[in-house]
Amino acid sequence: MDTVATTNFEEFLDVHLAQELLRFTTAGSVDDGKSTLIGRLLHDTKSVYEDQLAAVKKSRVNRAANGHVDLSLLTDGLKAEREQGITIDVAYRYFSTSRRKFIIADTPGHEQYTRNMATGASTADVAVVLIDAKAFLREGKLLPQSRRHTYIASLLGIPHVVAAVNKMDLVGYAQESFRAIRKEFVEFASKLGLKSVTVIPVSALEGDNVVTPSRAMSWYDGPTLLEFLETVPLAVANHNDPLRFPVQLVQRPDANFRGFSGQVARGVLRAGDRVLALPSRRESTVKRIVTWDGDLHVAAYPQSVTVELEDEIDLSRGEMLVSAADAEHGLPEITRRLRAMVVWMHEEALVVGRTYIVKHTTRTVRATVKSIRYRVDVGSLDHVQADRLAMNEIAEVELETSLPLFFDAYSESRSTGSLILIDGLTNATIGAGMIVGTVESGAGENEQATLVLVPGRAALAERVRDALEARGHRAVVIDDALISDDAFVAVVRALELAGVAAISSRALFPERLAEVTRSIQGFAAGAIVSGDGVDDEEVVRLAGVRT
Amino acid sequence: MTQATALETDTTLTPARLNHLQALEAESISILREAVAEFARPVMLYSIGKDSSVMLRLAQKAFYPGKIPFPLLHVDTSYKFPEMIAFRDAYTKEIGAELIVHRNEEAIAAGANPYTLGTQNCCGLLKTRSLLDALAEGGFDAAFGGARRDEEKSRAKERVYSFRDQAGQWDPKNQRPELWNLYNSRLRKGESIRVFPLSNWTELDIWLYLYAEKIPIVPLYFAKERPLITRGGQMTLVHNGMKLLPGEEVRTEKVRMRSLGCLPCTGAMRSEADTLPKIIEELLTFRRSERENRAIDHDEEGSMEVKKREGYF
Ligand SMILES: Nc1nc2c(ncn2[C@@H]2O[C@H](COP(=O)(O)OP(=O)(O)OP(=O)(O)O)[C@@H](O)[C@H]2O)c(=O)[nH]1
Ligand SMILES: [Mg+2]
Repeated sequence: MDTVATTNFEEFLDVHLAQELLRFTTAGSVDDGKSTLIGRLLHDTKSVYEDQLAAVKKSRVNRAANGHVDLSLLTDGLKAEREQGITIDVAYRYFSTSRRKFIIADTPGHEQYTRNMATGASTADVAVVLIDAKAFLREGKLLPQSRRHTYIASLLGIPHVVAAVNKMDLVGYAQESFRAIRKEFVEFASKLGLKSVTVIPVSALEGDNVVTPSRAMSWYDGPTLLEFLETVPLAVANHNDPLRFPVQLVQRPDANFRGFSGQVARGVLRAGDRVLALPSRRESTVKRIVTWDGDLHVAAYPQSVTVELEDEIDLSRGEMLVSAADAEHGLPEITRRLRAMVVWMHEEALVVGRTYIVKHTTRTVRATVKSIRYRVDVGSLDHVQADRLAMNEIAEVELETSLPLFFDAYSESRSTGSLILIDGLTNATIGAGMIVGTVESGAGENEQATLVLVPGRAALAERVRDALEARGHRAVVIDDALISDDAFVAVVRALELAGVAAISSRALFPERLAEVTRSIQGFAAGAIVSGDGVDDEEVVRLAGVRT
Repeated sequence: MTQATALETDTTLTPARLNHLQALEAESISILREAVAEFARPVMLYSIGKDSSVMLRLAQKAFYPGKIPFPLLHVDTSYKFPEMIAFRDAYTKEIGAELIVHRNEEAIAAGANPYTLGTQNCCGLLKTRSLLDALAEGGFDAAFGGARRDEEKSRAKERVYSFRDQAGQWDPKNQRPELWNLYNSRLRKGESIRVFPLSNWTELDIWLYLYAEKIPIVPLYFAKERPLITRGGQMTLVHNGMKLLPGEEVRTEKVRMRSLGCLPCTGAMRSEADTLPKIIEELLTFRRSERENRAIDHDEEGSMEVKKREGYF
């Protein structure tokens, strides 16, 4: 195969593989033209196959004016979306130019689907916020959803925000209109602390300044949207960052090999490095960095590798390797009490005192909402008091987790600073959190018990429950004969996940008790309170109520 | 792959910037491992096609030096190309993977075929039903699939972890939010998740990776003189035991398959591309999508979405 064609092919491959990848997301209010803009971008960069374009042309739906093909249909891929004329869920599209490769997340503007916007935006390098010029002039200000999305983009730490002022064709391509909108957007963006903000006048429908410079807006001399996307500088991973290697999986194919698999989340891992395991704080040395393609000397974010250590130390999924050199300065925060900006994504409100499941890196724990420090009014950006958080609301929340998390602030690291909240009963993903930091001094607060055992004292069991409930906890007595001894552990665990304390006056066999203890140690925040030989008042106090 | 090269050339201990395929590979391996860590009983849907071949190699890499810790499941409609079956058996044996083959024998015995049933119904019985049965029988709570978002517009809407209810169905209007790489694997009994490690790969990425990694694929992907007929507006390869309809005439042309499905419903294309570089060069000139030669996708607008809702991959 040593032909000229092959040599050229190798060259092509090298050039192609060396291309940078940029991920960007659309954002903005419903109907301001996000999907049409993406369709236009794909169309004008010749990234649409003929059969796909033909299918769009013959679609029964067409909402585009002036006899244009409705390019929004290229991304609005669900039946319901075409029928309702709105985007419901994020669509991912892929295209490339001679300069870069792109992954687009076209997200919905409708408020109801803000969670899907956050989904698409969470991994983006650039957010393209659309602003409908005509709607702006009509309202005299940015629409609430444009503000919300810009705010979420800033919270998600998207490095660059570009506002595409769309539908310029409907405002006569007027420069004054563009200026007014640009002024207001730049003001809002600076309040959010956004560092890189660009504003471009476009018409997604007519194609002005999307890929081709606009003739109708000769007064504009900045880049087209595509030019901007092709040239905006990409953040590069900083190899001086401290090492964070969350363990995903322990691999033991045979008795001779024990490897810790994971993706380097931050920093650099080198063979021969001294490393520290968290939370055990045991030290060891990296013996090998194993991959299918051979051992590596060095691995950096975002490589997926398997690490073999010199010593047999205790380390499992959900734990983390960091550099021993960072033991003094440069460890992640290790704590059970943390603050995070939470975007709530569920119909059922977040309530202070409720317990949810948190997934952070490869670690899954339970987390109780201790307080809402403030909610953000998205219109004014003011901080307001709240004790619950409705869907799409955003707040800084204090969480207490069942086991410590090892994290960096989200502003330092997306991968070790992000978490999701899951409802323990429905398993729905209900919130997204960007960690701000630890909670300063939580001294003197006891935690609620997971299980209170008061063998043979049924009346006391009831009393404990009432006392817990009176203090706003949820608790149930599980002495029902229908709950067999066999099911006991599972019931306690299920209650625990739901943030409910279990109370029982049963006399458990020692083996069963050991099983319960083991199980609870694995996941619970609180402890087992044993009423053996303790007086009633003390049991009620120990049941874990804040003093 | 190119990581090994990095090791040889890089003596300075400075990490090299990952190229595009290496970045995709790292992401996919992470997805595979995450699912294996979190699900009780995963399985990998193995369709024998180019995407499955890439996914299988990624699984080998993810669990190296161990073996792939889950079985492969092939849903055999009985209409697969004989070359595919031969390749499947030889290759899975060579790499030591556990293979489960599932067929909806009842429907096959009853003579289910796309000509009398229509492609929708035929697929429904031989693929979707069969797949759901196989998943239920095996008690699998997670199934890896090689689908890519760039294949089709309803697939572009798919999460990496795609939740299925007890009936195996997809509700595209109510998907779980999926932020960063934090996947929610929590399920109630009977529910399951389809995991798509190749979500962010494009067709071009797949071919480049097959080339870079020297991954074996079914010979049908390479152009060769093959006997065929024209049926239903597409070039259909002739195979043993196929009944010709009146007026159909067998001829020979140099053709290849751009994607592999069932014999009657996957059309061949004229091509001179008999090596991977030629296939890739050809791909760059294409004006039409890879699924165009798959009858199932364009019975009507949105037909892929309908199938996916019902449980199709
Ligand atoms: N005149 C004019 N109409 C436009 C332009 N861009 C989009 N539209 C129209 O605006 C309407 C909404 O466009 P979409 O692209 O669906 O808007 P969207 O922002 O994706 O909406 P959601 O995703 O539902 O939030 C359609 O009727 C488009 O044809 C433009 O530049 N000029
Ligand atoms: Mg849209």
